[in-house]
Amino acid sequence: MNRALAARWLPWVAGALLLVIVPVLFQQGFVRQLFAVCAVMIVFTLSYNLLLGTTGMLSFGHAVYSGFGAYATIHALNWIGRSHVPLPVTALPLLGGCGGLLAGLLLGFVSTRRSGTAFAMITLGLSELVGACWLMFPKFFGGEGGISGNRTVGAPLFGLPGWNLGSDLQIDYVVGAWCFACIVAVRALLGTPLGRIANAVRDNPERAEFIGYSARQVRWFMLLASSFFAGISGALAALNFEIVSAENVGAVRSGEVLLATFIGGIGYFHGPILGAIVFVFFSVALSQWTKAWQLYLGLFFVVLVLRAPGGLAAVIERALAQVRDGSVLRRARLLCALGACAVLALSGLIVLVEMTYQRTLEASGGYLVRVFWTDIDTRQAAAWVLPALLLIGGALAYGWLRRQDTAANAPIAVLTAAER
Amino acid sequence: MDCVLGLQDLHKHFGRSPIIRGVSLALNVGERHALIGPNGAGKSTLFNLISGRLAPDRGRIELGGTDITGRAPFEIYRRGLSRSFQITNIFHNLTVFENLRCAVLWSLGYRYAFWRRLEGLADARAHAEELIERIGLGARRDAIAATLTYAEQRALELGITIAGGSSVVLLDEPTAGMSRSETERTIGLLRRVTQGRTLLMVEHDMDVVFGLAERISVMVYGRIIATGTPEQIHADPQVREAYLGTAQAGLS
Amino acid sequence: MNAELALISALNGASYGLLLFMLSAGLTLIFSMMGVLNFAHASFYMLGAYCGYQISQWVGFWPGLLLSPLIVGIFGAAVERYGLRALHTRGPVAELLFTFGLSYVIVEVVQVLWGRPPVPYRLPPELDGSLFTVYTVDFPRARGFVMLVAGVILGALALMLRYSRVGMIIQAALTHAKTVETLGHDVPRIHMLVFGGGSALAGLAGAVGGALTVTEPNMGATIGAILFVVIVVGGMGSLAGAFLASLAIGELDAFAKVIDRSPADLAAALGARLDPSNPLYGLWSLTLSQAAPVLPFLLLVVVLLVRPRGLLGKREDR
Repeated sequence: MNRALAARWLPWVAGALLLVIVPVLFQQGFVRQLFAVCAVMIVFTLSYNLLLGTTGMLSFGHAVYSGFGAYATIHALNWIGRSHVPLPVTALPLLGGCGGLLAGLLLGFVSTRRSGTAFAMITLGLSELVGACWLMFPKFFGGEGGISGNRTVGAPLFGLPGWNLGSDLQIDYVVGAWCFACIVAVRALLGTPLGRIANAVRDNPERAEFIGYSARQVRWFMLLASSFFAGISGALAALNFEIVSAENVGAVRSGEVLLATFIGGIGYFHGPILGAIVFVFFSVALSQWTKAWQLYLGLFFVVLVLRAPGGLAAVIERALAQVRDGSVLRRARLLCALGACAVLALSGLIVLVEMTYQRTLEASGGYLVRVFWTDIDTRQAAAWVLPALLLIGGALAYGWLRRQDTAANAPIAVLTAAER
Repeated sequence: MDCVLGLQDLHKHFGRSPIIRGVSLALNVGERHALIGPNGAGKSTLFNLISGRLAPDRGRIELGGTDITGRAPFEIYRRGLSRSFQITNIFHNLTVFENLRCAVLWSLGYRYAFWRRLEGLADARAHAEELIERIGLGARRDAIAATLTYAEQRALELGITIAGGSSVVLLDEPTAGMSRSETERTIGLLRRVTQGRTLLMVEHDMDVVFGLAERISVMVYGRIIATGTPEQIHADPQVREAYLGTAQAGLS
Repeated sequence: MNAELALISALNGASYGLLLFMLSAGLTLIFSMMGVLNFAHASFYMLGAYCGYQISQWVGFWPGLLLSPLIVGIFGAAVERYGLRALHTRGPVAELLFTFGLSYVIVEVVQVLWGRPPVPYRLPPELDGSLFTVYTVDFPRARGFVMLVAGVILGALALMLRYSRVGMIIQAALTHAKTVETLGHDVPRIHMLVFGGGSALAGLAGAVGGALTVTEPNMGATIGAILFVVIVVGGMGSLAGAFLASLAIGELDAFAKVIDRSPADLAAALGARLDPSNPLYGLWSLTLSQAAPVLPFLLLVVVLLVRPRGLLGKREDR
């Protein structure tokens, strides 16, 4: 079989297999918890990258669209439950998509009047507007407690008895299937004339006007597509958690999707997918080990912006290229030394942060803090000085070694191709 | 002869400075017209007014009989006027092929289509391939535009400008920054690709001007001081004083 | 609504508006000169408040008021020098992302150092009580103090920009940075100074605003969004526009807060009673004071629909 053809289809087949196997394999525990959350986040980040990576639109209020989709879905769910209409719940994400689309039509019309930095600020303002409306419309937004629902209503899937989404396995499959469908759909959209013109508008909006396209119109269409998929992701979240609250439309959620998408890599199709998975693991796993996980996430993000704006996808691609051309082997000693310095500096930082956290936020828990499987007494001066030295020393050594490393001095570029 | 592009008494100020001070010009179908003049005369500004990048304070612009004064660039493009830029204005993250394919999409009627596969559009692909050959970038088909040399980028710039088959083409210093040999090649290229179209170009290289243009207008301080055939312009004393200089310059 | 209430509301609105302008002036200067929108500007506001609090705990309020702008200004200059400068070639999106990440980190650091609940940062007792009384309504001394600080600082800024040599260079670099550089001025250094100066303004606003209202980790987020509204409504890069927009939002907020009437009340006064079972009754019976938090954003929507470039902005992007 043609090797290139196989290489193209392999990720899709592998992905589909994963989506089928993982829910069955991991019926409880950590991975089980995360599966649906990851799938929802993947759709969310893909929708966000339709704006950022594809069309160059930075939005600080994307959660509004997913939130509207979530609210539309939960209200529909409750309506189905009340009126016993035999509609399949599994088709609700489509309604959620329409909910997001409606929000995109209304809000997007206003926000796409401007572009660039102004657009970013407006999205923040609109997000705050919706957030401020939250208390004024308790029937729709559900006030403090949000709106909850029950997904085991309506017609069972394909008429099969017992398939009413009651079990975790069933909801995992439904969410996984929608996730896969969205990945396919977004990929298809990127391969249409609209998708390519969106790239042109991203690169040079002025020139795009001079080849016959209204940049504003293109941006609005892409925003509509993006809000549609965001609405689907919100609907999936509503079905999975069976509750929707103000968090689903809030600025925090908007910030999260921005972080996740950027961390993955906005210049690649698979970047958002990678970013979603990494982010979910960061937030769920890391948050169980340390309460300061958001600080670590923020620092990680800032470091990426400064040194690797292509995101993890670019870092991995470059690392693979360096492995292939042998420059990794050549610099093996240097890389080990760099790694050691990074680990030392990082450890110092983590200990300092955890200790500070213990002193201020967990003060009621005493003076001891558990870091790296040891208890540290935060009252000892040595406990502060040692990590500080590690941090400063490690960072300086890293910087010095980096300057010696001529092979890898250029920061990794952002967009290396229109489409990956 | 039909007038395809008409400028009537155009005025434009930036703040308090008048840049275009009453420019009128009539271009006939199929004509090759050069706009020359010293730096700061307002030639690029005039191009910006015609192509919709700026709106004039006063005056009227007509394209094929329709008033296009103050319209948006994409509206003017759709009516059949395209322009190139003095400072290369390409889609730097797309390949050469993608650049040209994007440039042909509107004219082929694909608009904002999100229901069609781009790879499946045979006519778009054929047009783009043909364009690449015409502008001589066949070897660099899949190179990212940002990695091209300056001359290659200028060729791509030209390619994007003519891709949509506009009947009126504005070229803003197409040979700016080119060497002698590159300029010679470009003159031939320009002659070929603007066959059957109306061309208005701004140029400083007199060889290009006298080699390509049928008529020339001279612009000084926001006004056109003379319009005529190359011979007439060459002999005009006002033009010599303002721009050409009194040394002998051969007509090619 | 009687005359004295109107007067007091107008003054309250002016004090809030001037505080907003202190913040937006710094942001506008930075944006005009460097083309970068400092998303972390509101976090600098928060830092100013927390620095003011901490110094007031150690030494006193007045030293805190003097020192926190300095500290925040130096921090801002460092951010420009070691962070933003490297990103300048990569465009506005990269810079915006950096400042966004920075604001996120600053909020987290503040939470780690000072905790999540509000801290008791108060104005000193000298500023308690009322400045003057109009019939029965008080105008607090604290608010008068805010207006005084804002007025003095902004007046000094205006004078400096207009009449001093440094100000002239800054004004020139606002629109023609490259030209100023060829004249021998160290434009990167000017950028650093302007960024530091703008941040110091934000810090001062925080040191004052935090004491006046509440100092908590979320204070940056709430005022940050309104700040952006001011910038967009006033017109990007226009100081005069930012001034007008700040005052407009300040007055809108102050007057809305004291109007306890809703559109339903208005309809009732005109003779059309609205039925409580009407599904939109919840919306129509909202009093203006309840809707106050939404008003700046509604203003944003209206301005975007009617005049997208803002009040005094220049028509630029499509």
